[in-house]
Amino acid sequence: MNRVTDVSALKEQYDLVVVGAGPAGLSAAATAAELGLSVLLADENPAPGGQIYRAVTTTPVQRREVLGEDYWRGQPIVQRFERSAADYAARTTVWTVGRTELMSGGEGFEVGVSADGQARLIDARHVILATGALERPMPIPGWTLPGVMTAGAAQIALKSAGIVPDGRVVLAGCGPLLYLLASQLQSAGANIVAVLDTTERGNALAAAGALPDFLLSPYLAKGLKLMLAARRKLRFVGGVTGLRAEGEGRVKQVVVERGSARETIACDMLLLHQGVIPNVNMTSAVGCEQVWDEQGHCWAPKLDAWFGASVPGISIAGDGAGIGGAESAALRGEVAALEAARRVGRIDEADRDRRAASVRATLARAMRGRRFLDVLYRPAKAFLAPKDAATVVCRCEEVTAGQLRETTRKLGVQGPNQMKTFLRCGMGPCQGRLCGPTVTEIIAEERGVAPAEVGYYRLRPPVKPVTLGELANLPKTEAAVKAVCR
Amino acid sequence: MFRPMRDPGAPAAAPLRFTFDGAPMTARAGDTVAAALLANGVSVNRHTPVSGAPRGAYCMMGVCFECLVVIDGVGNRQGCLVPLEEGMRIETQRGPRQAEALSQEIGA
Amino acid sequence: MTTTSTADVVVIGAGIHGCSTALHCAQRGMKVVLIEKDHAGRHASGVNAGGVRQLARHVAEIPLSNHSMDIWHRIADLVDDDCGFVSDGQVLVAETEQELAVFRERVEDLNLRGFHHEELIDAKELRRLLPAVAETCPGGVVSRRDGAAVPFRATQAFKRKAVALGVDLREGVRVTGLTRDGAQWRVETAEGDVLAPKVVNAAGAWAGRLAASVGEPVPLEVIAPMLMITGRVEPFIRPVVILRGRKLSFKQFANGTVLIGGGYLGRAFPDENRTELDWDKLSQNARTVWELFPVMRSATIIRAWAGIEARMADEVPVFGPSAKHEGLFHQFGFSAHGFQLGPGAGSVMAELVATGATNVPIDGLRIQRFQTAASA
Repeated sequence: MNRVTDVSALKEQYDLVVVGAGPAGLSAAATAAELGLSVLLADENPAPGGQIYRAVTTTPVQRREVLGEDYWRGQPIVQRFERSAADYAARTTVWTVGRTELMSGGEGFEVGVSADGQARLIDARHVILATGALERPMPIPGWTLPGVMTAGAAQIALKSAGIVPDGRVVLAGCGPLLYLLASQLQSAGANIVAVLDTTERGNALAAAGALPDFLLSPYLAKGLKLMLAARRKLRFVGGVTGLRAEGEGRVKQVVVERGSARETIACDMLLLHQGVIPNVNMTSAVGCEQVWDEQGHCWAPKLDAWFGASVPGISIAGDGAGIGGAESAALRGEVAALEAARRVGRIDEADRDRRAASVRATLARAMRGRRFLDVLYRPAKAFLAPKDAATVVCRCEEVTAGQLRETTRKLGVQGPNQMKTFLRCGMGPCQGRLCGPTVTEIIAEERGVAPAEVGYYRLRPPVKPVTLGELANLPKTEAAVKAVCR
Repeated sequence: MFRPMRDPGAPAAAPLRFTFDGAPMTARAGDTVAAALLANGVSVNRHTPVSGAPRGAYCMMGVCFECLVVIDGVGNRQGCLVPLEEGMRIETQRGPRQAEALSQEIGA
Repeated sequence: MTTTSTADVVVIGAGIHGCSTALHCAQRGMKVVLIEKDHAGRHASGVNAGGVRQLARHVAEIPLSNHSMDIWHRIADLVDDDCGFVSDGQVLVAETEQELAVFRERVEDLNLRGFHHEELIDAKELRRLLPAVAETCPGGVVSRRDGAAVPFRATQAFKRKAVALGVDLREGVRVTGLTRDGAQWRVETAEGDVLAPKVVNAAGAWAGRLAASVGEPVPLEVIAPMLMITGRVEPFIRPVVILRGRKLSFKQFANGTVLIGGGYLGRAFPDENRTELDWDKLSQNARTVWELFPVMRSATIIRAWAGIEARMADEVPVFGPSAKHEGLFHQFGFSAHGFQLGPGAGSVMAELVATGATNVPIDGLRIQRFQTAASA
């Protein structure tokens, strides 16, 4: 691995640019580089690992049991990447991937990168987007109060900085990560006063059909162990139907509803989580077709068997391609890289297929049991589309659920793109990441149609904001220079 | 907000010094700006441009833009993606960028 | 279902022009079918800069533009929505004395022709209107009734009002053929044909193909003008600013966000409804802002995009009756400055369709100009 700290030191063109240094991106970059492709792996964070293996090479947490054995599985993945010949640009934002004609001939991509206030355009013959997942927004009343964070945020703080929430901590929501975090925070010494579970009672029954598969899955051992441990040691409140964070200037308490019963729990921090969904911002801004994933209740890119997107030359690996977890992410990265190697002419089809065969077998095992989890922890309607009119949905532009519902009804808004022009939801710096799923859900509910019919924001580059200064001082590309000379 | 976990095995490097809205603070070398603020009990790092509501870091992974702060005079920085450096001058991000402050900053 | 329906007029294309024409035709009591291959406002009408500008227009367009501006200033009366229209004026900034001299000639010429909407201003007035503009600029031209609106919202408002007045809007329906059927036009679509004595071609970037299919080819280029918008910046400028020497249009909204454009082109793929941005050119665009408005230097670019639209070889729209066919009317090729014209053009087109004539001078806009050139 060759660490590149200055964007001006990047090559003009790579065979493959990989975006995101989680398990999928690391494996994809390593696989491709081992096959002789010129590879750039660009990632926003200071160190490799993505979110699941966040800071796995730099974490100050030394007691291995705090983060659990699954976390440390990231080490060999990083080490393999470090041994490869790939270029690695940490703390580097990829803000655009656009289709272009390469100076070297043929169709390819123009990739906009930025680090330390300096932006640059480089070319790629193939791009693997491994931009991972994000936590499904959980818009409850008061979720914008300081002191309310996502469970994942607390986990990142623990992994990367060795810090734990201070004072009385409440966790709320559903899904495996919530229980994992409860157990991690507890062994790190946090004072967890309650775990509020919003899983709907009916889900267990619905998930029963997928149980046999789940019993064969790798999730079983760790998942059940975590949940049981959390239940045994912590105050575990099931059947939660309503949540409200309250406080002046920061969270002071959380009001919990269980049917008609109501309880107020004083707290200093509230950590929310209701599963993870693919981060579709970049894949969609590149123009990759997205489809509604009914099982995961989210949008995900449309992919072929090699994780190729609808735009030829773009592959999507890892949880950004559909939630599958860390183990499957690394394997999917490998498969995507094999196809990239074939596409740029490094290996032939037979070679690709032979190499992929064993990876695919492992991948199939790793994906087992996913359906059970998706159905069991499918979020309740009340937490997907808040009824409370004053609840903020778009955190950037402060657009409420009530405004969204009223605008849908009064103006006959059909989908999120129309909604943007009326309310500016999704137009702030987060570019809809924190409100998109909820806006789709609310419009669908008001129109009485499925989310799939409502659609999602049409996303535009830059995928992450760049400053006017960075853009104004973009070094001229070879193409631009030639255009002027012509 | 947050406190360091007790971990006897953790290496004890010299902390970095920085200021937040003028108040001197320290944090572990290797922390991001957002983590450093959390570890120092800072719960509010910005006020929204729409209503002026207080906000604190929310996702810590670069997607929510709630941890925006002004770092050494440059606004709109995502605190969770910027590693803390010795002597950093960090300030609350208040509403939209102020045109005037901005022009002074860049010496225009 | 593939039944044939009938109408008094079929309007092809539901951009702001098609919607406005449909609306005005319906107001005149006509039975209108409005056909759109995607959805209303999907292309140029929904994603343009929203400039409502009389400033710096081609002389041939000014009467139509004047008529349109009167409608903009009472837009809510027409469509029950203010379309986000604000009138803080538009300013053409002269970057040099030579430029200012050219502008002076232009304003004098307009005055002689009886147009008084453009007003030459000196450095002092320029600074009063635009305190943040670079100090080296010696003056400019202002058009004080100009302003800006929210394009998609405006197009939607026209669409809603048109539908409320009885227009039969068919979205997601592509016109596959346009042929004569006795005294009628047969507008062919996959969802059935429509027979009507009158047809308006308002198909934007796709209008050239339609015109060519009935023997009226025009020099139309499909272009993808690019725009970008910043995050919120403390409000510091009210009028829209445009430049002539270097390409720039610059507009700050009341919420603080700044729209930056100027006609730099990306790549258009009209058959795929797709555009690709050219970041080298957007960089030049940003560079101009960097130099003209130092306060903008650390603003963040939140989004950039390009719409698909038609540009005529002479950058003047095609507007008026067909030169060859009875009952066919053209309304396209607005060459990246058609948004402001939408309300007025729809009103004049409805008058043309209904009565065959209008008092608003449109001679310089007719399709004949290309045929004359071709046969000459």
